[in-house]
Amino acid sequence: MSKKYECPDCGYIYDEAEGVEHEGYPPRFKWEDLPEDFPCPDCFVREKPDFILVG
Amino acid sequence: MTSLVEQLDVTTTSPNPANNGKNSVKINAWIKSKRYWYWLSLLLPSVPAASAYLAVQSGQGIWLWFTLVMMYAILPVADYIFGTDDANPDDELVNKIKDERYYVYIMYCTTAMHWIALVSMAYVVSHYDWSWLSILGGALSAGVTNGLGLVAAHEMGHKVKDKTQSFCAKLVLACSGYGHFCIEHNKGHHKDVATPEDPASSKFGESIYKFVKREIPGAFRRAWGLELTRLHRRGKSEWSLDNEIIQTFLMTAVAYTLMLAYFGSVMIPFLAIASTYGWWQLTCANYVEHYGLLRQKKENGRYERCQPHHSWNSNHKVSNLITLHLQRHSDHHAHPTRSYQVLRDYDDVPSLPSGYPTMFVLAMIPSAWRAVMDHRVVDWAGGDMNKVNIDPDQTEQVFKRFHQPEVVNNAA
Repeated sequence: MSKKYECPDCGYIYDEAEGVEHEGYPPRFKWEDLPEDFPCPDCFVREKPDFILVG
Repeated sequence: MTSLVEQLDVTTTSPNPANNGKNSVKINAWIKSKRYWYWLSLLLPSVPAASAYLAVQSGQGIWLWFTLVMMYAILPVADYIFGTDDANPDDELVNKIKDERYYVYIMYCTTAMHWIALVSMAYVVSHYDWSWLSILGGALSAGVTNGLGLVAAHEMGHKVKDKTQSFCAKLVLACSGYGHFCIEHNKGHHKDVATPEDPASSKFGESIYKFVKREIPGAFRRAWGLELTRLHRRGKSEWSLDNEIIQTFLMTAVAYTLMLAYFGSVMIPFLAIASTYGWWQLTCANYVEHYGLLRQKKENGRYERCQPHHSWNSNHKVSNLITLHLQRHSDHHAHPTRSYQVLRDYDDVPSLPSGYPTMFVLAMIPSAWRAVMDHRVVDWAGGDMNKVNIDPDQTEQVFKRFHQPEVVNNAA
């Protein structure tokens, strides 16, 4: 099952099922495999360690 | 979702409460009427066409300078006369207007108006007989408008999920050939803001003429690097049409070539001046927005996150309507995706004594800038210059002149 993580600033949700195609992370790209400095692809001011697991 | 965001908002500074304890009926009426006042953001981009028309009608080339007069004389006076606007919309109004398309349509009209400004001025400059001085005025006027175009691109460029707004951001960036702006600004400047690593944050003691030599090449390099990394991750070359910097530069190349073909060789100096003066406007904005402010490094090696007190704020009413609340910069950097109509004023954040038009003039006179701003930075840092982003060439002099160890020790 894919996991979802939310940006604490803008509410963007990283859904592993969808990935972020535009940034080069295709669907089913695992959260664990994202780099530590992965920025929120919407607001760009929060990074991976700031995200909260929401589902 | 919103509640989670709010729960986690540990910002130490809070926006001032809606209405700020003042006459709420009057304040609410003002905030509601602002939806119409935002059309004022189209005023400056419409000045080149209008003043070019007046120049043709009167035969007086001096009119081609009028946009500069507007920017550097009329707007500062208007800011002085009409003062500040510390009214914030309440939560109910924020929820009602934050996603309203009406506010986006203003941006689309602005995009069109920027192209009308550039092409109409180019047409008038090239089709009538003007002195070189008048042509210079026309080119600088187009440059002032191009600078404001970057403000429009800034607003739309932050809405990365909205394809139409992202496209319009590129269209308006193409006016001045600053196609790398959105990438550089969103992914670069917002990440590094108020740190020594940011080429778009000015340092204490650094004049704007020194800053620009670091800012323009540094910003381009950072944008190109970010786009290259993104494309390589997708298995693509940076030299492809998927490169968003190249996409926007191509729009500029097509438009400039057409103007050169139809309007003649005067377009070479005209467009060179109009575009670089547009970049200069951005340099001025970057210079005034974070001068001297520094985010502290945490034990884990990461900088503390950007908070409202890491940006210089200005609440001057007229220039905020012209720049779509860009001057409410503290809230913008703390929450970059907030739309202009819901950006808030904060109490207790570093504040500029006037709006951007006045501050740009001051920035261009380094001694005046430092007389006005240096003591504000020192106050912000509580006399502790270790907390200030200082030009490394001047660290010793700055400490000697401004550091107040006795104040720092007393506070400790």
